[in-house]
Amino acid sequence: MTEPLIFEKSRAGRRAFAQAPRDLPKTDIPAAFLREDTPLLPEVSELQVVRHFTRLSQLNFSIDTHFYPLGSCTMKYNPRACNTLALLPGFAGRHPLGPESHGQGFLACMYELQDMLKAVTGMQAVSLTPMAGAQGEFAGVAMIRAYHKARGDDERSEIIVPDAAHGTNPATATMCGMSVVELPTDEDGDVDLEALQNAVGPKTAGIMLTNPSTLGVFERKIVDVAKIVHDAGGLLYYDGANLNAILGKVRPGDMGFDVIHMNLHKTFSTPHGGGGPGSGAVGVGKRLMPYMPLPVVGREGEGSDARYRWLTEDDLPDSIGRLSGFMGNAGVLLRAYVYMRMVGRDGMRRIGEFATLNANYLQARLKQAGFRLAFPERRASHEFIVTLKNEAKTLQLTAMDIAKALLDYGFHAPTTYFPLLVPECLLIEPTETESREALDRFVDAMLAIVEEAKQEPGKHKEAPFTMPVRRLDDVKAARQLDLAWRAG
Amino acid sequence: MPFIPHTDDDVQHMLQTIGVNRIDDLFDEIPRDLLIDELAGVPDALSEMEITRLMRARAARDGAALNFIGAGAYEHHIPSVVWDIATRGEFYSAYTPYQAEASQGTLQTIYEFQSMITALTGLYASNASLYDGASALAEAALMAVRANRKSKSKRVLLAAGVNRTYRRVAEAIAGTQGLEFDELPRNAAGTTDLDALGDAGPAPVAVVIQQPTFFGTLDAIDRLTDWAHEQGALVIAVVNPTSLALLKAPGHWGALGADIACGEGQPCGVPLSSGGPYFGFMACGEKLVRQMPGRIVGRTTDLEGRDGFTLTLQAREQHIRRSKATSNICTNQGLMVTAATIYLSLLGLDGLKRVAATSQQRTAALVERLTAIDGVSRLFGGPHFHEAALRLPRPAAEVLEGLAAQDVLGGYDLKRRYPELGDAMLVCATETKTDADLDAYAAALRQVLGAA
Repeated sequence: MTEPLIFEKSRAGRRAFAQAPRDLPKTDIPAAFLREDTPLLPEVSELQVVRHFTRLSQLNFSIDTHFYPLGSCTMKYNPRACNTLALLPGFAGRHPLGPESHGQGFLACMYELQDMLKAVTGMQAVSLTPMAGAQGEFAGVAMIRAYHKARGDDERSEIIVPDAAHGTNPATATMCGMSVVELPTDEDGDVDLEALQNAVGPKTAGIMLTNPSTLGVFERKIVDVAKIVHDAGGLLYYDGANLNAILGKVRPGDMGFDVIHMNLHKTFSTPHGGGGPGSGAVGVGKRLMPYMPLPVVGREGEGSDARYRWLTEDDLPDSIGRLSGFMGNAGVLLRAYVYMRMVGRDGMRRIGEFATLNANYLQARLKQAGFRLAFPERRASHEFIVTLKNEAKTLQLTAMDIAKALLDYGFHAPTTYFPLLVPECLLIEPTETESREALDRFVDAMLAIVEEAKQEPGKHKEAPFTMPVRRLDDVKAARQLDLAWRAG
Repeated sequence: MPFIPHTDDDVQHMLQTIGVNRIDDLFDEIPRDLLIDELAGVPDALSEMEITRLMRARAARDGAALNFIGAGAYEHHIPSVVWDIATRGEFYSAYTPYQAEASQGTLQTIYEFQSMITALTGLYASNASLYDGASALAEAALMAVRANRKSKSKRVLLAAGVNRTYRRVAEAIAGTQGLEFDELPRNAAGTTDLDALGDAGPAPVAVVIQQPTFFGTLDAIDRLTDWAHEQGALVIAVVNPTSLALLKAPGHWGALGADIACGEGQPCGVPLSSGGPYFGFMACGEKLVRQMPGRIVGRTTDLEGRDGFTLTLQAREQHIRRSKATSNICTNQGLMVTAATIYLSLLGLDGLKRVAATSQQRTAALVERLTAIDGVSRLFGGPHFHEAALRLPRPAAEVLEGLAAQDVLGGYDLKRRYPELGDAMLVCATETKTDADLDAYAAALRQVLGAA
């Protein structure tokens, strides 16, 4: 099943008449400024548009249709109320530069969201403006940089990043004009303290850590790590990708982190949207408060006299500046606000508990079923790693093959080949919103695939068989670039 | 337990399978003194009914004022189809299309989006979007530095009409890598002073030209583009997608065309929503594709020779290249891109032209009404798109506050970023404004100014 391109349905003169203004007034713009060519946009009816995009949607796997255990992405249920309420006309229609007098409802939500995020992370202040995790990382490292610079500590230009880290960590350090020092992980999945001790020095600006780490385990020596880095004059950055695992149980601020970003589209269930919008709010300790990205929402007065307003450059003259044209992904922030209010205080703790319960249950079941864990002696956090090193050798069943075969069984694949240091790995994150039955069915599918491979080694090299398309030629895609439809 | 399906029986069975007694045992690797008992600062849970009541009250408090603010975000009609379809769960709750075979809907939508942006900008290729217009400019500047290897400069020159908030964002994001931004002088028409180009200082690595300008005026894109290329600089166009239905495409500016085009995609079907989520778009010429940041979708074939779509040129990206990636960006604004692709499909070129031309005409009609009031005059002459700067007899902040009290959001106070312009505001009327709306604005302004 595939769907033709919208351009292939186009017929000259056809239109969705109800949607465009009735008139095409003649403009007084001189010809020198006007375009002479005719850009090819489709000419289709409203019903054609509805059918086309409805059919396209049906070619997708999604949380609403499939179990989606994509490690490190926290693909949990996105409650519908969050979307409905964020799109109420008073919110959706509000211009970003509209006066504060016409935004008190919205600003109150943002202020309370800042407060709730401070509470769950143990940080002193929160800026909601970064538009994705990667931008939150940028903001965090830029604040660390600004902090050292303000102290005249200009030599600090190195960011320490564990070898298991997300690719965004080293990429962010580079974007901030820092150099990257890679840190090895010990065989149990913890930071190698001796290597860390040797890595820190007068050039250390800070360290970027994810905890629980991308290996799906809690960094047990976190207090020692914090001490070593702080003693060397560096700061600690917390990558919030895995915050879901510890929500309501332990807080980055208490672990010693100076700055963190949160992925609201993971932990606080705002939609992933087929790849965005994300939202990467940052939280800081006291030392970094002056450098927070703008804008931040402030409050004057209490109770019914409370008035909310944007804090600007006048309030935070040392801010690292603005990262978006207005105030970040405001509508995403509203969704996160609704989610947090619906989950509430006790619910926050249950998220961390049940995400961890589901991961450990699935880990235990897969282990009992004969799959090899990357860290069999460790508790899983909200995710864990299976390595198919043996299956790849004996059954010609690689991580890629099992990922594709799972699609035929109606499961989205786990994250594959990440983290890079575990061979043939699957990073599996079930999230707290999946039922025990869903997890059991996933184990059944994994077992069935291995059984098929035993019967017929190499069988899954060409999987999937039942998707709208078969495996795609990525080499051709990169070599014979076809990035846009062009007429004729 | 909101959104958690476990029964007590499930929990017992699962704990037994794991081999522990209590859920808390699963956290026994965390140093004990770090664990917290209670989460102060988060209120008790609300049911959907309760939160709905709260949010409705807050949304109602923000009201539905008559809006004439533009300044980078524009109120256009959004067809019902756009968000009805974009929020289908299959689009809304999917992720980045890593598993291409199970993500053809998202991938094909992005390919169609890239095709539309390519067509509108007159350039070779588009990416799958960036965060917003301002951050897209920052990424474009960094891309220009990577691509323009002949230039040793890290100086980026901004034409006089480039949104100064965009400049601030570009400085915050690209300044950490040593890029510097300077603005070219402005003439009395609110466009770049071409006579001053001779004194523009050291040769820049890139020149940024915004069309229409932040003031709604139209800059001399052809001459500026040619001049920039003579300086050995790359040209970055900042454009409004609605305007491209009428205005010359960046790919056709000057003799050679702009090298990179970027801008704010919000006008294409994305609600104003206090500033986001919007999306930035970016397009470029063929030679620069491998320097472009962000996701890119390509069409290829599957094992059976059928067409299909996949993420391509991933060797540029952070998950492969790590510290040597073109950018740290991974997530883009997929859901907004879906909305924009549906919007542009519904409007087509003819519809987009009507939106653009009607908005231009509405703003002209508004300016005519407002400048009939004593003390209100146009700041800049010459042709405009759908925005105009007006001089006021009193500080704009006061005037705008007076208007807001009558539920008219009259415009953007230029003093925030352009103090040298004195008492002035930027107004915008799109196709959504009727004659009665324009009359209501004029009457309110008359009253606020105490004018006859």
